[in-house]
Amino acid sequence: MSERLPVLKTYKLYLGGAFPRTESGRSQVVESAGQPVAHLCRASRKDFRNAVVAARKALSGWSARSAYNRGQILYRMAEMLEGKATEFVQALAATVPGGEERARREVEAAVDRLVSFAGWADKYAQVLGCQNPVEGPYHNFSLPEPTGVVTIVAPDEPALLGLIGQLAPVLCSGNVAVVLGSEAHPLATAILGEVCATSDVPAGVVNLLTGFREELLEQFAAHRDVDAISAAGVSAEERRTLELGAAENLKRVHVLEVAAAEDWFEEARFASPELIESFVEIKTLWHPSAS
Amino acid sequence: MLRRTVDRVAADARAASFRTRSIKKDAKLQGLRLVVSMTDLTTLEGKDSPGKVRGLCRKAVDPAPGIEGVPSVAAVCVYPNHVALAKQAVAGSGVQVASVATAFPSGQAPLDLRLEEVRRVVADGTDEVDMVISRGALLAGRTQQVAEEIRATKEACGSAHLKVILETGELETYDLVRRASDLAMEAGADFIKTSTGKVAPAATMGVTLVMLEAIRDHHRATGVRIGMKPAGGIKSAKEALHYLVMVKETLGDAWLSPSLFRFGASSLLNDVLIQLRRLDTGVYAAHYDVSKE
Repeated sequence: MSERLPVLKTYKLYLGGAFPRTESGRSQVVESAGQPVAHLCRASRKDFRNAVVAARKALSGWSARSAYNRGQILYRMAEMLEGKATEFVQALAATVPGGEERARREVEAAVDRLVSFAGWADKYAQVLGCQNPVEGPYHNFSLPEPTGVVTIVAPDEPALLGLIGQLAPVLCSGNVAVVLGSEAHPLATAILGEVCATSDVPAGVVNLLTGFREELLEQFAAHRDVDAISAAGVSAEERRTLELGAAENLKRVHVLEVAAAEDWFEEARFASPELIESFVEIKTLWHPSAS
Repeated sequence: MLRRTVDRVAADARAASFRTRSIKKDAKLQGLRLVVSMTDLTTLEGKDSPGKVRGLCRKAVDPAPGIEGVPSVAAVCVYPNHVALAKQAVAGSGVQVASVATAFPSGQAPLDLRLEEVRRVVADGTDEVDMVISRGALLAGRTQQVAEEIRATKEACGSAHLKVILETGELETYDLVRRASDLAMEAGADFIKTSTGKVAPAATMGVTLVMLEAIRDHHRATGVRIGMKPAGGIKSAKEALHYLVMVKETLGDAWLSPSLFRFGASSLLNDVLIQLRRLDTGVYAAHYDVSKE
């Protein structure tokens, strides 16, 4: 019997709920031990622009969903990620140093992270908001509202856990995201699109790009229809690019300083509602009280 | 009159081929400015108010305050009730006022009422009249009636330009689109126009190509240049540039002018302005940077 040829997967972008090829037609090859394991898109500025259009369109629907429903959907993402755990472990083990054991630990932590924020979805408002004591016949509430369209620049490592660690708190509070995944290890980002597509995440709420920071960072920061930026694992120079671009329309810039990839596993820091706080706006309401 | 038939598959394939041209940098900038200058900025809704029409006119005259080199649009297109106001709002700017008439969008009213509507909008000062043909009559085979109605409308227009809306989305076949185009041009149309924007599908590249070829053949036979206006459904700047490519490669440079080619659109202009701003500043605009009308 002849030897079977394995089928290599060609991953595309995840954009507006669909899997389009990059508008630029460019691709990159992911290799493991000198052998190609997958083909990926190398996203262009126009892909990013299209992603922002899709995200903006999805924002009103996603933020209007009940907190409980957003929690359910994040939990569904965790379920689907768990179901594809083996695929993620293989992909990470093949391309990221540290072997299978490290990869499995990362995937499990990513699932747990999603579950944490699925739980936070209908609880963060109680922590970040409050009823303010005021003089007079009024109730006075401060309530967190989503900031809007958030661009996420994920760290190179850990490729999956870092991305999920930034994405989950952003989605949890009703924001929508355009993500540039790990540049060094982009495979996990590409597979994550399949998780989003099968877990009731409405089209456009999560948009995943694989590509090069050098080409995309400036637009990630400067695009005027973006409301906030979440970045991790960026150099001082890249941070400067982000902050200069953000000045264009006074975006929020939140850079996570994480000393080592291992730190992302820390639950006390990364499963905390403080991460949600960076991407909400506080609205204060006066309401007449009865009697 | 020679009856021409259209090979639908070939027409669609040829129309699709115009999407493959790459237009960058300087050519793109020129193209986008041309698109702005060819736009009939349109509002045709039951909720149109004087305030909305005034706002639209302001945008028509100066679409992009702050970006250099962006021309005014070709015309504002409104319902008959708003013609006088629009005329006043764009006075002195060179922007034309177009009015739909003849019981737009259905055309289902007695001919004398439709003609009276045309006379009224012309008296109110409209520069261009967008009429609809009787699709029902055409589909029933009463082509002579359709031709006579167009002729009568042209007469009622006086010096105003007449655009004839075929409503291609209701004509079923490309053969009939071609037949209606030939009919309208012979009956005195200054422009032929695809759609009202109220019926889907509105303008498509295939149907526009069929009409452009009818215009080309009419020009070859008579030497008269008829204008073309695709309307409805063209939403992105990129798509608009594809249309310009199609016009250039079908009819030549003479038609790349607001006097012979128009886009009937409302949201297209915003996307073009976002692109022009991007070319001007290097930064993509926010949703709040352009008015939504």
